[in-house]
Amino acid sequence: MADMASERRSPPGWPPGHRRDPKATRVWAWMVRGPAVGLTSSFLPQLPQRPGRGSTGGSAVLAPSPWVERMAPEMRLGLSLQTVEHGFPHQPSALGFSPCLCILAIGTRSGAVKLYGAPGVEFMGLHRENNAVVQIHFLPGQCQLITLLDDNSLHLWSLKVKGGVSELQEEESFTLRGPPGAAPSATQVTVVLPHSSRELLYLGTESGSVFAVQLPAFRVLDNRTISSDAVLQRLPEEARHRRVFEMVEALQEHPRDPNRILIGYSRGLLVLWDLQAGCVLDHFLSSQQLENVCWQRDGRLIVSCHSDGSYCQWPVSGDTQHPEPLPSCVPYGPFPCKAITKIFWLTTRKGLPFTIFQGGMPRASFGDRHCISVAHDGQQTAFDFTSRVIDFTVLAEADPAAAFDDPYALVVLAEEELVVIDLRAAGWPLVPPPYLASLHCSAITCSHHVSNIPLKLWERIIAAGSRQNAHFSSMEWPIDGGTSLAPAPPQRDLLLTGHEDGSVRFWDASGVCLRLLYRLSTVRVFLTDTDPSGSLHAQGEDEWPPLRKVGSFDPYSDDPRLGIQKIFLCKYSGYLAVAGTAGQVLVLELNDEEAQQVVEQVEADLLQDQEGYRWKGHERLCARPGPVHFEPGFQPFVLVQCQPPAVVTSLALHSEWRLVAFGTSHGFGLFDHQQRRQVFVKCTLHPGDQLALEGPLSRVKSLKKSLRQSFRRMRRSRVSSRKRQPPGLPGEGQEAGAKVERAGLQNMELAPVQRKIEARSAEDSFTGFVRTLYFADTYLRDSSRHCPSLWAGTNGGTVYAFSLRVPPAERRMDEPVRAEQAKEIQLMHRAPVVGIVVLDGRSVPLPEPLEVAHDLSKSPDMQGSHQLLVVSEEQFKVFTLPKVSAKLKLKLTALEGSRVRRVSVAHFGSCRAEGYGEHHLAVLTNLGDIQVVSLPLLKPQVRYSCIRREDVSGIASCVFTKYGQGFYLISPSEFERFSLSTKWLVEPRCLVALAENKKHRPHRNGAGPEKALGRARNSGGQSDGEERRPGPVMEHALLNDERVLKEIQSTLEGGRGAPLRVLTRVLHGSGNLRVCGLRVGSGAQPCG
Amino acid sequence: MNRSFHKSQTLRFYDCSAVEVKSKFGAEFRRFSLDRHKPGKFEDFYKLMVHTHHISNAEVTIGYADVHGDLLPINNDDNFSKAVSSASPLLRVFIQKREEADHYSFGAGALSRKKKALVTLRDEGPRRRAHLRIGVPRDFRPVSSIIDVDILPETHRRVRLYRHGCEKPLGFYIRDGASVRVTPQGLEKVPGVFISRLVPGGLAESTGLLAVNDEVLEVNGIEVAGKTLDQVTDMMIANSHNLIVTVKPANQRNNVVRGSRACGSSGQSPDSAASPRGLPPSRVLQNFHPDEAESDDEADIVIEGALEPARAARGSLSRPNGAGLAHRLQRELTLGGPGRDSNGSVHRLLSSLKADPRHSLVLPQGGVEEHGPAVTL
Repeated sequence: MADMASERRSPPGWPPGHRRDPKATRVWAWMVRGPAVGLTSSFLPQLPQRPGRGSTGGSAVLAPSPWVERMAPEMRLGLSLQTVEHGFPHQPSALGFSPCLCILAIGTRSGAVKLYGAPGVEFMGLHRENNAVVQIHFLPGQCQLITLLDDNSLHLWSLKVKGGVSELQEEESFTLRGPPGAAPSATQVTVVLPHSSRELLYLGTESGSVFAVQLPAFRVLDNRTISSDAVLQRLPEEARHRRVFEMVEALQEHPRDPNRILIGYSRGLLVLWDLQAGCVLDHFLSSQQLENVCWQRDGRLIVSCHSDGSYCQWPVSGDTQHPEPLPSCVPYGPFPCKAITKIFWLTTRKGLPFTIFQGGMPRASFGDRHCISVAHDGQQTAFDFTSRVIDFTVLAEADPAAAFDDPYALVVLAEEELVVIDLRAAGWPLVPPPYLASLHCSAITCSHHVSNIPLKLWERIIAAGSRQNAHFSSMEWPIDGGTSLAPAPPQRDLLLTGHEDGSVRFWDASGVCLRLLYRLSTVRVFLTDTDPSGSLHAQGEDEWPPLRKVGSFDPYSDDPRLGIQKIFLCKYSGYLAVAGTAGQVLVLELNDEEAQQVVEQVEADLLQDQEGYRWKGHERLCARPGPVHFEPGFQPFVLVQCQPPAVVTSLALHSEWRLVAFGTSHGFGLFDHQQRRQVFVKCTLHPGDQLALEGPLSRVKSLKKSLRQSFRRMRRSRVSSRKRQPPGLPGEGQEAGAKVERAGLQNMELAPVQRKIEARSAEDSFTGFVRTLYFADTYLRDSSRHCPSLWAGTNGGTVYAFSLRVPPAERRMDEPVRAEQAKEIQLMHRAPVVGIVVLDGRSVPLPEPLEVAHDLSKSPDMQGSHQLLVVSEEQFKVFTLPKVSAKLKLKLTALEGSRVRRVSVAHFGSCRAEGYGEHHLAVLTNLGDIQVVSLPLLKPQVRYSCIRREDVSGIASCVFTKYGQGFYLISPSEFERFSLSTKWLVEPRCLVALAENKKHRPHRNGAGPEKALGRARNSGGQSDGEERRPGPVMEHALLNDERVLKEIQSTLEGGRGAPLRVLTRVLHGSGNLRVCGLRVGSGAQPCG
Repeated sequence: MNRSFHKSQTLRFYDCSAVEVKSKFGAEFRRFSLDRHKPGKFEDFYKLMVHTHHISNAEVTIGYADVHGDLLPINNDDNFSKAVSSASPLLRVFIQKREEADHYSFGAGALSRKKKALVTLRDEGPRRRAHLRIGVPRDFRPVSSIIDVDILPETHRRVRLYRHGCEKPLGFYIRDGASVRVTPQGLEKVPGVFISRLVPGGLAESTGLLAVNDEVLEVNGIEVAGKTLDQVTDMMIANSHNLIVTVKPANQRNNVVRGSRACGSSGQSPDSAASPRGLPPSRVLQNFHPDEAESDDEADIVIEGALEPARAARGSLSRPNGAGLAHRLQRELTLGGPGRDSNGSVHRLLSSLKADPRHSLVLPQGGVEEHGPAVTL
């Protein structure tokens, strides 16, 4: 609440009145409708910077920047920026699949439901309660699904078409209540069976009763309850001889006769129940604890699986007699086996059935494996997953009338990944998923985004990647329900993730589906303990059980030193630099052919014979001697090894000058990868900085120490609170509560969290830590000649500038690159320098290397004087060049108490004027806010709360794109995408309808990856209490402000239908804000 | 100019407008009197002193002992008239040769030589600070003050800590806590930030203006309500060079009583009870206007040009953080040194530099930019 209050208050130092002043709103409206001439005038520095002050009416100069004005409405509504989540849901807990919609649903432990169809078709809903989703069931033949949460509540969700786009909405929720006084187990739901009549839901419970509930209102039909007593009475005498009931373990409708359901009780009794007559048609008694059952498609056979690892087949004769069961089968016997928890028995046209079951492994030797076995036609494979199997399903003939199942794909939801296995192709290969990528197959250690990849490079990367995927099935993605309506993405974007195991993964981040394009491993360069060939298919033919490892999730790194810490890709030249935990810097080049080459190794001694230092951290990695074989793709040719081998903290590559710069906690260096020669190194280390010298170990030690202390503290407080409890006095509720409170208070007194207030000093630890490196062609020495330069910023607030002399292309190999220190700037506030940018004569950030050469950027203005922007954690500061003197500054921390975590120059395109855009700074603070700070005047423009401030890893993982979007990890396996720019939003827009798949399996139609790109996702579920969404109170307050709404409406009336529709939804309060915001954005687009 | 060279003992008694003056130069004393109401101009006073002591060939500085016994300078009309008007009954004047003046210290004695040298340097720097010269900051260095007494409620205290140029650490800790507020609904507990600990010998402790359990209300004019402890910490550190904290003291007995005017001429009357040693006159505060101090402290140090060749020659001096610079200064100064009058103070400066390499970065301000790395000393 306190946060909200401070949010609402216009932050001190920010242009007063600008944000919330209704006058400003009016001005904004004027600006949007006004002439386009107004757009550029804002760059004139003489414009008054305090829009609110003494404004008489709406004078035209109020806006500091037109872009800001365009952003204004969203800013006022406090909309969230998040557009789509990429990756694999964290902690999945349930799987559902609709054969008729061909849509997959995944529920998570945090109460989210995610629906996936064809690539690009995605929905997400969040339960109001953050309880784990235990089961998901689609209602047969409908766009509806039922979820069961672990608080025993049932929820009905619908996909409804609104404005041509489907949305996922929660319709109804329900908790089964027994008669007063009944045990809670009486109504604890264990199994849910949506009946094919589409109106009834049968709920099996722990007490053994089966309740019937009418949909969609969730009305309990008491007269249809099948209590265990009723079943018992109707059983023949000989079956009643022991307690056969216990809880309902399985509930299945007869595949041919909707009036019959099969009820399986955990003690092993199976009952075929006639719903109309209310009688037992048949019963089967197994001697083993029942786990699950499955019907054969024609209803003539029941297959049950049991806790001892066996499964039984029970012929159903149809009429009266109880037939003898076929002998039970223990697939992995004869030694004791674990339970088979789920089984599928699927018929094929060719005759022999598929038996697919989960578990059943020999307890002693393979009991810890997570296996799903497929047996068919004498072949049997136990797919061995690297993480726990949550659930699985088999994709088979969807038409209930068809004679055979003819399964074609096995879909397995494991805890860390989704695996789809092609059951038609020989050898049952894997199908590469177009979404739900397991980002964290090895933990993500860093990420790097490259926008607007040239087509040529894109194709080469895809080609290299497709060779890696040769062992995959060629099957089209079988889950292909729904249609994506999103337009194709405007450009090709790459997201590169560095991983703990030394690999770099290249993701297609252009659209809604984050698709793996190519995987690069740097392990080959080094000698490691493990055999690089891997043990994926190491097992022999006649091994039993026939295990086969599947899946890519492999959290165990051979060597943590291999971890990738920094990545830099030049999209024009195909040069890539990656740097890792043990001070290794690799320069790689894209090669379409495989190669056998020696990686040249160079050592960079960053301490420069400073005496008396001993590195106590990890050893460097040993490079593999001699030529190494590299597959087509990015192939390393130079390895620069920093000494001491501390983690590389910054990296920059200049492909035009063929230079790579790298920095660690000890210093930085420049390497000429054309001549393969070190240009210089510079030690930034403070001589007294023992912590930096000793390496990461000492920090681990201190962490241990602090952990120990906190445990001690905890123990102490626990002891003391126990002591206070009077012995033998069972405290009443109130007393106990007070006691807890007192204990809590005491706890606080025991260990108050203290913060030391001290100015930063040169003696602080890690001041030499190089935080940022930047290449620029600018006026470093005098205002008449510009030259290449390298800039480095440290943790102690020092900026070093080196002027470089790069020989012209024709003599590039003959003359050495020279470097000379030209400047050293010590920021007095000594905060870590996190960003350095040089602005050209027009105050535009200098283009990337080769950008101008490729005609993709205007050449920088070398006429006017350049400016240097230094961003520290506390301040933004613009200096003049070549003589460095402070010109402008924005003190962020002093005013707000937030520090800059990540900063990046972003280009914001105009929605109205094609080709017009402005560069501003996108800033992420340690509070998780995302702010935009204008260039070159350093005025804070907008602020959104984006990431929870406690989510340290989310904040640390954030990466901005060059066009005002960004990504951050919301869990180890999921990236959230956000957008600051309304110009282009990557978000799902899709339609799911029932009619389309009546005739044929749609997946044959070939939903290629192209179809996938860009689509909408419903966000209906988002409005109901999504935790991450910031400031609901605020939104509410603003929404109630009719005047604001009217202002916006009048502004938008110039637009087309979309924004209007949005507005009406806003006004009715039924829609959700996120949707409106997005529409405002996309709706504004055609106005341009 | 109404001067009298009488040594009459009776003067004091029958002429109340006269102030008896006792001036001391070296071991010599002179006594005379001045008109309390019309003391005249500093320039004339200076001439008088030089004439009286027969030291017209030397540059001297003039100081006087104020009511608290502190040695304060007389170097302009303002402080001259202040000195005369506040004399009770005797005005004791001390004269020193300027080159020796370094050995004495003006002010309360808490300030070191080095700081003076730095201020001198800065005054010669590129920044215009004309109004600074008329005051005393060349001789004084405030360490803390109570400000804005006139606009704050009496229960609050706004304390300014002048960290800049001071070797003392700020020296305090803050913590979360609960504060009781009076609201229309009655008393209400709200989270607040409190001072949890003072480091002995730190700036915060030595001022006596902050105490454990004082509630922090504002940091440099920005309310801390609704901010987390970490945010407040960051704000304080970001403002550490010129920290202004508004606190609600836990001990409300030492509060400033509105209307009392201890010695200041403006409304900013410091509470002498809170700072036993007495605060610098209010003029000093005015000179250190917030904006002024801010830009002052924000001056980043820019070292232009390559120091590389020199460093390469010396190898071990290639560190950026001043030890090397200090060494070199030391060398160059000892080489050029013996004949120079200011030798002593420069050496002292250098030794302090060596002891505390951080200050080498403070030192080159202006000097480096204009004339190369501080060699002009």
